[in-house]
Amino acid sequence: MTAIETVVDRSVTEALETMMLIRTFEEKSAALRAANLSPNMCTSVGQEASAAGVIKNLREDDLILTNHRSAGHLLARGAEPGRIFAEIMGKSTGYCKGKSGSLHISVKELGVVLTSTIVGGELSLAPGVGLSLSMSKSDAIAVVFFGDGAATEGIFHESLNLAAVWNLPVLYVCENNQWQAYVHRKETMLADHVSEFARAYGVPSKTVDGNDVEVVLDAARNAVDYVRTMRKPYLLETYTYRVRGHMEPDDQAYVDKEELASWKRRDPISLIQSRLQRDGELTQDEIDVMWQRVQQRVEDAAQFALDSPYPGFDEMTTDVYA
Amino acid sequence: MRTITADEAITEALVEEMRRDSRVIAFGEGTATKGYKLVEEFGAARVRNTPLAEGIIAGTAAGAAATGLRPVIDLLFAPFLTFAMDEIVNSAGKLRFLSGGQFSFPLVTVARTGGGWAVGAQHNHNNESWFVSSPGLKVVMPSTPADFKGLLKSAIRDENPVVFFADIGLLFVPGEVPDGDHVVPIGKADVKREGSDITLISYAKTVQKCLEAANVLQENGVSAEVIDLRSLKPLDEATLLASVQKTGRAIVVHEAAGPCGVGAEVAAIIAEKAFGALKAPVVRLTGPDAPAAASFPLEAAYAPQADAIVAAATRSLSRA
Repeated sequence: MTAIETVVDRSVTEALETMMLIRTFEEKSAALRAANLSPNMCTSVGQEASAAGVIKNLREDDLILTNHRSAGHLLARGAEPGRIFAEIMGKSTGYCKGKSGSLHISVKELGVVLTSTIVGGELSLAPGVGLSLSMSKSDAIAVVFFGDGAATEGIFHESLNLAAVWNLPVLYVCENNQWQAYVHRKETMLADHVSEFARAYGVPSKTVDGNDVEVVLDAARNAVDYVRTMRKPYLLETYTYRVRGHMEPDDQAYVDKEELASWKRRDPISLIQSRLQRDGELTQDEIDVMWQRVQQRVEDAAQFALDSPYPGFDEMTTDVYA
Repeated sequence: MRTITADEAITEALVEEMRRDSRVIAFGEGTATKGYKLVEEFGAARVRNTPLAEGIIAGTAAGAAATGLRPVIDLLFAPFLTFAMDEIVNSAGKLRFLSGGQFSFPLVTVARTGGGWAVGAQHNHNNESWFVSSPGLKVVMPSTPADFKGLLKSAIRDENPVVFFADIGLLFVPGEVPDGDHVVPIGKADVKREGSDITLISYAKTVQKCLEAANVLQENGVSAEVIDLRSLKPLDEATLLASVQKTGRAIVVHEAAGPCGVGAEVAAIIAEKAFGALKAPVVRLTGPDAPAAASFPLEAAYAPQADAIVAAATRSLSRA
C-alpha cells in the first residue's frame, strides 16, 4: 500500500466517524424535540456523506456558508456538538449565544461565516464571500451548501451567474435531497439534476452519488482543487435523500413509503461500513467502538446543553448594532 | 467652501473614502460605466458593473462586508430595493444579532427616490420607513450637498449596514460644501433655522419647503424653527424634543406617504415624551397614500408645499 492510499483510507474512516457523529447527533436532537426538551429543528439524516465528504477536503482557511439544515456541516467542520445543542435550545453557551437557535448558526472561528435560513439566502451571500477571498492574497475558497429547493429560486441563478462573470472562488454544493420543505422535487423541477443549470452559466459541474462517501470525497477533492487553482466557481451536486421530515416533529405522512424504503436501503453509513468491513479495513469491533465513542460524546453534549443557562434578558437587545 | 451638486458630493465622498481605505469597494448597476474615472484611479477590481439584479448585488455586498470588505452598492431607485429586501433586511440587518455578534456588515446601499424626474411610481417611492422598521439598519436621507457628502462618508465608515436615500429632486441642486474631510455624524439632526413659536420637522426635499414656509410665517410675525432630521435611524430625539419643549407646537413634513411613516414615529415620540409641552396637536403633512404619478404637475404636488405648511402652522397657532 502506498503512502497516498493510506492517507485516503484514513480519511474514509475519519469520514465514517464524522457521519456516525452527525447521525447520532441528529437522532438525539429529534429525540430531545420529541421529549419537549428542545425546539423544532431540521435534521440531515441520510445526507451525512455529503457533509463529511465535502468538508474533509477543505483547508482551515476555507470559508463555509450553509443553511437551516446545518448541523452536519458544522460537525464535519469540527464544531462542538454541545455548543450546537445549546444553540438549538437557545442557551447562552451556544455558538451564537442562543440568539440563532437551530436555523442560522455560524461559527466564525471555524470559518462557518454565514448561515441563512431563508432558502436561497446563503446563495445570495456566497459571491460576496468569494469576492473577499478573490481580492485577498489568499488562495482559500468559499463553499456554499444549498438544496434543490434553493435551486428553483431566482437567486440561485443570479448567484451562479455573478460568480461566473466575476471569476469568484466559490464551490457550490447542491445537496439534492429530493425534498423542498413539504414538496417533492419532482413537483417543482423538470430536470432531475441541478448540475444541468450550471452549464448555461459556463460553470463546470458534476452530479455524484451523495450517499457514497468515497465518491463524494473524490468528487469534492477535484472540485475543491479546480476552484482553488482556477479561481472560478464549480457546482457539485450530491444526489441524496432527506430521510426524516422537513422539520421535527414530522410524521412524514406525505412521503411515498416505497421511495423512502428504497433510499434507506442505500443508507450512506451502512454502505461505507460494510465496504470497509468487506475490504478488511475495519472490524465489527472497531466499528462498535466508533459508535460507542460518538454516542458517549453526543450524550455528554446533550447534557452540557441541558445544564446550560438561558441568556440574560439583556441579550435581547445586544449585538443588534456594531 | 465650494459649490457643487449633491450628485457630485456623492462621488466626492466615495472617492475620498476609497483613497482613505482600500477595503472600500463600489459596485452596482452602471457603477463602473458612470464612474469610469474611479475605475482609472482604483482599478476594475474595486469599481464594478453588475447585472441588473438587485438581490445578488445586495447579497454579495452583505457577504463581502461580513468577510472584510466595505462595499458601497448602487441599486439606482428605491422601488428596486424590493428585490433586495431579503439581503438587506434578513441578512445584513439580522445576521449580526443572530450570530451573537460574531459578524458585522459595514455596507452602504444607495438608492434614489422622490419626485423630480417624472419617472413614475416604480422608480419613485419613498419607502424609507420600511427600513426604519427593520432592526440592524441605519437610514439617512440628506437635503443638502454638504450633508450628502458628510453623511455618505460617515455611512462608509460605519460598521453597520446603512441605507442612503438620495432625493432625486435634490441631486442637481448646487450647494456649498466645506473643503477637506467633511464628515457629518449619523444620528444628528440639523437645526436649519431657530425659532420660538412652532417647530417644523422634515428631511430631504421638504426641508426647503419648510424653510420657505418659515420665511412666509416670519412675515406674519411667527417664529418657526426648522429641523432637518438627516438621519431617520437613529433619530435625534434630543434635538426634536428640545425644540418642541421650547415651541410647544410641531408639524412633521415629508414626501413619503403618511401611514406608519417617519412622521408618525416623530409624532408619537413627541406625544410620549413632550406631551406636557404641547399647546396643539402634532400635525403630519405627508404625501398621499397613492403611488406617485409620472406627470410633472402631479409629481410635484405629491410632496407637501410651502403654502400647506404655512396654513397648517397658522391653524396650529390659532389654538390657545
